[in-house]
Amino acid sequence: MPDDLNWAIGGEAGDGINSTGKIFAQALSRAGRQVFTSKDFASRIRGGYTAYKVRSSTERVESVVDRLDVLIALTQRTVEENMDELHEGSVIIYDGERTMMEDFEAPEGMIDLAVPLKSLAEDAGGAIMQNIVALGAACEVANFPIDNLDEALEKRFGDKGQSIIDNNQDAARLGEEYVQEEYDEEFSYDIETTDNDYVLLNGDEAIGMGAIAAGCRFYSGYPITPATDVMEYLKGRLERYGGHVMQTEDELSAINMALGAARAGARAMTATSGPGIDLMAETFGLVAQSETPLVICDVMRSGPSTGMPTKQEQGDLNMTLFGGHGEIPRFVVAPTTVSECFHKTIEAFNYAEKYQTPVYLVSDLALAVTEQTFAPEEFDMDAVEIDRGKLVGEDEIDTWLNDSDQFQPHFPAADGISPRTLPGTSGGAHMTTGLEHDELGRRTEEQEVRIEQVDKRNQKVETAKEEEEWDYREFGDPDADTLVLSWGSNEGAMREAIGFLDEADISVRFISVPYLFPRPDLTEEIEAADDAIVVECNATGQFADVIEHDTLTRLKRINKYNGVRFKADELAERITDELDTPQEVPT
Amino acid sequence: MSSDVRFTDFKSDKQPTWCPGCGDFGTMNGMMKALANTGNDPDNTFIVAGIGCSGKIGTYMHSYALHGVHGRALPVGIGVKSANPDLEVMVSGGDGDGYSIGAGHFVHAARRNMDMTYVVMDNRIYGLTKGQFSPTSREDFETSTSPDGPKQSPVNPLALALAADGTFIAQSFSSDAQRHEEIVQQAVEHDGFGFVNVYSPCVTFNDVDTYDYFRDTIVDVDDEDHDPTDRDAAREKITNDTEYQGVIYQDEDSVPYNERHGLDSNMADIPDGAPEDATDLVREFY
Repeated sequence: MPDDLNWAIGGEAGDGINSTGKIFAQALSRAGRQVFTSKDFASRIRGGYTAYKVRSSTERVESVVDRLDVLIALTQRTVEENMDELHEGSVIIYDGERTMMEDFEAPEGMIDLAVPLKSLAEDAGGAIMQNIVALGAACEVANFPIDNLDEALEKRFGDKGQSIIDNNQDAARLGEEYVQEEYDEEFSYDIETTDNDYVLLNGDEAIGMGAIAAGCRFYSGYPITPATDVMEYLKGRLERYGGHVMQTEDELSAINMALGAARAGARAMTATSGPGIDLMAETFGLVAQSETPLVICDVMRSGPSTGMPTKQEQGDLNMTLFGGHGEIPRFVVAPTTVSECFHKTIEAFNYAEKYQTPVYLVSDLALAVTEQTFAPEEFDMDAVEIDRGKLVGEDEIDTWLNDSDQFQPHFPAADGISPRTLPGTSGGAHMTTGLEHDELGRRTEEQEVRIEQVDKRNQKVETAKEEEEWDYREFGDPDADTLVLSWGSNEGAMREAIGFLDEADISVRFISVPYLFPRPDLTEEIEAADDAIVVECNATGQFADVIEHDTLTRLKRINKYNGVRFKADELAERITDELDTPQEVPT
Repeated sequence: MSSDVRFTDFKSDKQPTWCPGCGDFGTMNGMMKALANTGNDPDNTFIVAGIGCSGKIGTYMHSYALHGVHGRALPVGIGVKSANPDLEVMVSGGDGDGYSIGAGHFVHAARRNMDMTYVVMDNRIYGLTKGQFSPTSREDFETSTSPDGPKQSPVNPLALALAADGTFIAQSFSSDAQRHEEIVQQAVEHDGFGFVNVYSPCVTFNDVDTYDYFRDTIVDVDDEDHDPTDRDAAREKITNDTEYQGVIYQDEDSVPYNERHGLDSNMADIPDGAPEDATDLVREFY
């Protein structure tokens, strides 16, 4: 009996697919099971196929797989879309009045359960609860005690009153009882529960929580998929800590407001996706030129232009590494898992203030929409350290004044990092500008000063290279001949792929790189491998390009740009393909 | 804030490179005086400047200041004020910065009503790029990029501000030093977004909207017994073709954004670790 349960609900946008999926994920999490979810959705409010998949296990799960055990199909299209993933013993739950199973060639041994979802929901108090009826039926199929749903339903409907909660709990039981009474099939699922405590959250929420933990107090942003959850998470919560979330008129305003708040001394952030990053590019240069600490989060989606707004892609690496006119010193940090979204956000704020630079925090849609379980200890608030860098208060300001008693915000210190003082500090008044400037922040075109200031700003990156650990995350067999490299959300699928490859007696060393600039030097690792393969969700291999450039070595590439993240089994197969048919390596 | 601050304390040791006779000299003097008169000092003042001739003001004044990118001065000012409401925030730019590239921010700043001041040096011309028409240029104003005039209506900034529910809408003339200073001072004192459009003549590239033109035509609303709290009267003044100076509209019941949203602390003050009860945030995800 498999402990791994792959469950999905699919229907049209507007059918409540997400909230139903989230309720089931929450119920599994509360029952001590590990959960990993993914969403397949379209950029429209109503209509269009949408699905929410939940994979769960008593072991840690890091990816979705091409396999479905239980499918709630609210529409015929849901069945069509998922037919490939169904197998012997899979169960489809559907409303026989809406979906005709006869139209499909089902895999042998697949069990289809027609349940009158709508009419049972009406019995419980309203057709709107048909998804909950289906959830109850799914609990029976999976042999998952239905009591586990109750708490999740309370959490979901808690603000709507007890009678709504009661109705939903009744609806779930009607679904369960219907399957018990009408079907005598043997279902092969008997999922275990444990006493473990888990928290369930997505990457955007983890970024938001990390921001609060790191002392972020000002957030300005303009709604955009898939970054909006960061703002929605922070709204209300940031205010609890004396901060503020400002929804702006556009992304130009968002980054400039955040810049203003940062000049006033707040830890500030904005989050957006590719189109917003394009709009922010000019001010990004100003942030660097004025040496203002700022975190700019890019939750990547498919581009260019409006692209596929609700689809996965890692296409903004070049933009975040190189975007903007002129030469802009910057940091680029990209979390590789949902929990790392929390930790890397905290780091990003420290780098920003310590080095007085903009920091791109690059996440992607797959991380943003994945709800994943973690032990709560993974978000250890006591371990959060805040480094505000060379912040100069009133008592020390005299040390940093020139002979004319002027504060020098761009003083060319040996490590490139100047003293910083905040407005309101007596004796510290100073200006700064996007123009090239002298140590006082005043415009200059003097050649020597220009060179001094450019070198000074670039020196900050050199100092950071020395002072910080720009390491990578490593999995698999460190001595394997095959080296796989990736960045961003691919880490989860690749970690599971290692297991699949192991079964085929293929051992790999996997390096997941969260620091994109500055980044680790991978020369030795690549030299030590027979095959080095770079995995990323884009068409041209932007990460492979920079690593090739760093190491002067050609690398193999596995790219995916159909808008869907890698799945573990798919990735294992593609790696095997690369090994069977090695591509020509130019010398 | 000390009472012995003089307006010259707001002067930096840099000599302006504006053309001799530029209206911006007078505009800046009035700003410095208004700040000093209202008890501010350079250490609690934040000036945000746009791009263009007017944008150089951050260099010529002494205070905390940022000279940003073109058209985005207002959002920067809003961010500064949000983070530390104790600061006196004054944003300044030109007609190109505020009504062309930054027009969107102007409208939203007016309706957002943050407690800050916005002084626009309106010379109806692009000076720094040497003489192209601006959003406030007349329809028939001949420039290098409008040989037969722009043939489009000039922006009426006061009307934009009123349409966006601006709570303080005023206009001044940089050459009438006394009135200009008074008007900017009222804008600083206003609880909310104090907006002053300043006629600040360009002596090099604009031979139409000159000192003489404004001296001859300008009408002080105070001479017409205008009641600035009367919105209908303000609308009439804003939409007739007279060049007015004075406070044209003021909402006396204005409650600024920072108060409506309870922004009353300095966001720079944070603990040296996560907030004490931050573990509650983790618990929410159970």
